[in-house]
Amino acid sequence: MFNKILIANRGEIACRVMETAQKMGVFCVAVYSDADASAKHVQMADEALHIGSSAPAESYLKGDVIIQAALDTGAQAIHPGYGFLSENPDFVDAVEAAGLTFIGPSADAIRKMGLKDAAKVLMEQAGVPVVPGYHGDNQDPEHLAGAAETIGYPVLIKAVAGGGGKGMRLVEKPEDFQSALDSARGEAKTAFGNDAVLVEKFVSKPRHIEVQVFGDGTHAVHLFERDCSLQRRHQKVIEEAPAPGMTAEMRQAMGQAGVRAAEAIGYKGAGTVEFIVDASDGLRADRFWFMEMNTRLQVEHPVTEAITGVDLAEWQLRVAAGESLPRQQDDLSINGHAFEARLYAEDVPKGFLPATGTLTHLKFPKECRADSGVRAGDTISPWYDPMIAKVVVHGPTRAVALESLHRTLHQTEVAGTVTNLAFLGALTRHSGFASGDVDTGLIGRDLDDLVQEAGASNASAVAAAMTALCLNEAGPEMGFTLWAPLHRAVQLLRDGDVVDLDVQVEGPKRQIWEVEGAQLIAQRRGAGWIIDGTAMPNVVQAGSQVTVFDDYGQVFEVVDPLDRDASAAGDTNVIEAPMPGLVKAVFTSAGQAVKEGDRLAILEAMKMEHSLLAARDGVVAEVLADAGAQVEAGAALVRLQED
Amino acid sequence: MSKLTSKAMPASEGFKANRAAHLDALAQISAAAETARMGGGEKSRARHESRGKMLPRRRVANLLDAGSPFLEIGVTAAYGMYGDAAPCAGVIAGIGRVQGREVMVVCNDATVKGGTYYPMTVKKHLRAQEIAEENHLPCIYLVDSGGANLPNQDEVFPDRDHFGRIFYNQARMSAKGIPQIAVVMGSCTAGGAYVPAMSDVTIIVKEQGTIFLAGPPLVKAATGEVVSAEDLGGGDVHTRLSGVADYLAEDDAHALALARRAVGSLGGAGLKPGLQFEAPEEPAYDPEEILGVVPADLRTPYDIREVIARVVDGSRFDEFKPRFGETLVTGFAHVKGCPVGIIANNGVLFSEAAQKGAHFVELCSQRKTPLVFLQNITGFMVGRKYENEGIARHGAKMVTAVATTSVPKITMLVGGSFGAGNYGMSGRAYQPRFLWSWPNSRISVMGGEQAAGVLATVKRDGIERQGGTWSAEEETEFKRPTLDMFEEQSHPLYASARLWDDGIIDPRKSRDVLALSLSAALNAPIEETRFGVFRM
Repeated sequence: MFNKILIANRGEIACRVMETAQKMGVFCVAVYSDADASAKHVQMADEALHIGSSAPAESYLKGDVIIQAALDTGAQAIHPGYGFLSENPDFVDAVEAAGLTFIGPSADAIRKMGLKDAAKVLMEQAGVPVVPGYHGDNQDPEHLAGAAETIGYPVLIKAVAGGGGKGMRLVEKPEDFQSALDSARGEAKTAFGNDAVLVEKFVSKPRHIEVQVFGDGTHAVHLFERDCSLQRRHQKVIEEAPAPGMTAEMRQAMGQAGVRAAEAIGYKGAGTVEFIVDASDGLRADRFWFMEMNTRLQVEHPVTEAITGVDLAEWQLRVAAGESLPRQQDDLSINGHAFEARLYAEDVPKGFLPATGTLTHLKFPKECRADSGVRAGDTISPWYDPMIAKVVVHGPTRAVALESLHRTLHQTEVAGTVTNLAFLGALTRHSGFASGDVDTGLIGRDLDDLVQEAGASNASAVAAAMTALCLNEAGPEMGFTLWAPLHRAVQLLRDGDVVDLDVQVEGPKRQIWEVEGAQLIAQRRGAGWIIDGTAMPNVVQAGSQVTVFDDYGQVFEVVDPLDRDASAAGDTNVIEAPMPGLVKAVFTSAGQAVKEGDRLAILEAMKMEHSLLAARDGVVAEVLADAGAQVEAGAALVRLQED
Repeated sequence: MSKLTSKAMPASEGFKANRAAHLDALAQISAAAETARMGGGEKSRARHESRGKMLPRRRVANLLDAGSPFLEIGVTAAYGMYGDAAPCAGVIAGIGRVQGREVMVVCNDATVKGGTYYPMTVKKHLRAQEIAEENHLPCIYLVDSGGANLPNQDEVFPDRDHFGRIFYNQARMSAKGIPQIAVVMGSCTAGGAYVPAMSDVTIIVKEQGTIFLAGPPLVKAATGEVVSAEDLGGGDVHTRLSGVADYLAEDDAHALALARRAVGSLGGAGLKPGLQFEAPEEPAYDPEEILGVVPADLRTPYDIREVIARVVDGSRFDEFKPRFGETLVTGFAHVKGCPVGIIANNGVLFSEAAQKGAHFVELCSQRKTPLVFLQNITGFMVGRKYENEGIARHGAKMVTAVATTSVPKITMLVGGSFGAGNYGMSGRAYQPRFLWSWPNSRISVMGGEQAAGVLATVKRDGIERQGGTWSAEEETEFKRPTLDMFEEQSHPLYASARLWDDGIIDPRKSRDVLALSLSAALNAPIEETRFGVFRM
């Protein structure tokens, strides 16, 4: 076994790999960019080296710098994580040329799977079913159209070098083929510099089911399947293992296909063989086709670990260090069911826009496995993937695990940035998903319902206001009055709308709140509060932002009554002489456009020259004093046109 | 420290009867307090709010820290006076916390005759200032007042403790480093204009607050000049041109926030003198039971320790000299952690009791321990034996000690307050930092019966000297007006209306009131005591 490795990655995957490696007694070297100088993976590592600026191309993609870091620190191997350099065969070559071990497959295996069309040919030859389609070199439009006819509509046109949905077009009828081909090619050319396409059968009720494989370079085993059908624009949202509705026959067929795929390229390490499954008729052993192979550890590998009890990162290290496969196929079995939900900093109502921000609070329930590369206080920067965590749950059955996922998401507390938590929570309540009737179109079809925002409850507003006013930590004299209690007003903002509250503190243990005409009683019970009959949810406050952990996090802003300025609003139309003096110069004339802060005139008074500046952007209406004029204090010198 | 043991029997008929009587008395006070809280009534409150102004109590609440205790003084001031035209004397005053610091808030209630100053309004304002000055509490004036109430000008303007004293106090307090902050939230006319002008920091609400020596009508009458209130003395004028005010606020909420910021920038809160505080502890006996253990009738004797047991931490009481002068109970205890010396009546005062009281005041003065007086006193013992042994001399020792000690004194009238007993037990004239009354308390120079008796005896002597006769019926008839007068005038609502105390409190809240009073008092350092000559 290695005694020191370098992890050429960041975020949760770097942390996850280190966790296993350190448990195995292996020292870990982290690398980091400027933005990650105080990141969690740096803190976790035994050693950490700065490798460049924040842009990935200047740091995490700098193979030579990373290899040098490994050499300098005496690391014997490099774990690439996923993304960045993990599937870059040139990097693998360079690592090996430097006398280090790459924890992953060979450069050759990566190359073989790298180009999708070549990979499919290879797989077909190895007896792995592939989607009926044309993957040939003849890129003549008419030839491709002919191939589409042979395959049968609907078909997909896909960029050979593509990925992530780029350069991909669905064609329903022959007459649309040409225009779809042109646009797919145009996009492919821009995105990948390669406009070659392939044509494939379009599957009408597709499911994304992938097989986790593990090879030692010669032999491979599979660790069963994962279902990643819950996708939004080809981005996985919730993954699970095993696949709902999977039959033993199909599982065996898929597993064997996965193993054949891995062995065909002499695969070493953890890999994933992705299949597209036509579920229009349920799951059938003859309706799955090879899509591609990911020659790395997948993001969603924890669900496989949860059902098999295997630590895949541990296997990666052991096999890379020369051990044979830790378990044979017969020793592997499925225990229960697992889900993984990807928690992202993203603004769901605004079209899942990636968000940034500083996590003022981050807490997961103890029952789940939360793989996270950030801690409370860390910043989600625009430089990298805005993932906050992978929340993984396991249960004896799918139904139990799904309930557990729901509860876990409900109890997950994130403050400081918007997240997709409510969206994930809504998915756990989707009836089709609950019954296992999934396909890759599910989210797209029901998106409107899934992103619907529940309005904040009055109790949430009370919880926020109580916290903002520190009324939840009641001292013995709280609210004391001789006779009648006092009423106090509080103002909060929610999504920019004002929420007016009124509180009557009746003592340390009781408050009467009024929110938008409704009355809510807050009663202390033990260390906590009961608001309107239900326990007050957890609340955190950071600056003026209060997050109530109810309904996946309700965010309120406390209105600062000082955040106004009565004196600022003055007449900005007229520039006046601040004191009696001589107009030394005038720099403007009627009709001229000026910007706020532009110098319009100079007044000489008390032996000083005073610059008179435009108070706002605008157009000069008239100049009321000429250079050389003696003016009184308050005399108008320049007037701007009314806005 | 020994824990007191109560002999009360909450299930007994007597306990229940006492409680019922106290609850009746409380209901009467509570109704009076509610009247005060409503200020000038629904109509004028609605008019006030329609102008975008916060009601005065809401202003106070929004000035204070959320949940801050508010120790209000003079809740029922002016009750039953001026034909009930000035509930709460038209001004709210009390101690609350702003940015964690205890402050005195004085807030005009413009719903009450435009916030004009009746004689009791002046007295209450001055009392609030006196409390602030004695206890080093920053003052925040929420001004919304038309100035002196003109029909009452003779009782408001000219005398020493009249309107002018407000500004005198402001200047004197400012000189002592007790911050003066004014928030002009409405009119501030004539003499009233000096409240903001005399303040260290002044905030004014835009297009709502006005400050002028003479309002537009008077200006017109005097010089013929026609000018709007806003142009004469509005927020814009005073923050931009005159400099009478320092900050311009958008509205009430903004103004109060600015005032809070001003308090925040005052720097270190008043230093609490170096007393040995302990962790607060609830009494072992429920304060709720005070209503049952204190007899409904003042003439029924009871053990004052039953009250002490329901006020002090852990009901623990280190009684001093328990076997000597037993009608005065003295000893050390803690109230919410604060060490106090308690002096409580347990019957009429004898020479021994007075000497013991003086001794105990000396002890507390030396140790700088605040004093709490629980006053239930019919007076000093009368009769030849007592006069001859010099009870006046011994009483004088106690009065001297109480008058000259420098430790904070807090007096609570828990029963009768009659005659010279009032003096020895730190009555109003002895300037306790605070003086609170229970609803069952009564105060007068002597009992009504005794007063009527004295008058009747004099009358009978006169008649009989001239050989006349006076029937028992005639005597009863003669006594009635005196009895009625004493009955009315000794009632706590009558007393509190005239600010002979700082307010009537619910006896069950005595502990909280004492704790807050002590907390306020400890903002000022405790000076060394220098006693006067004790008549030995």
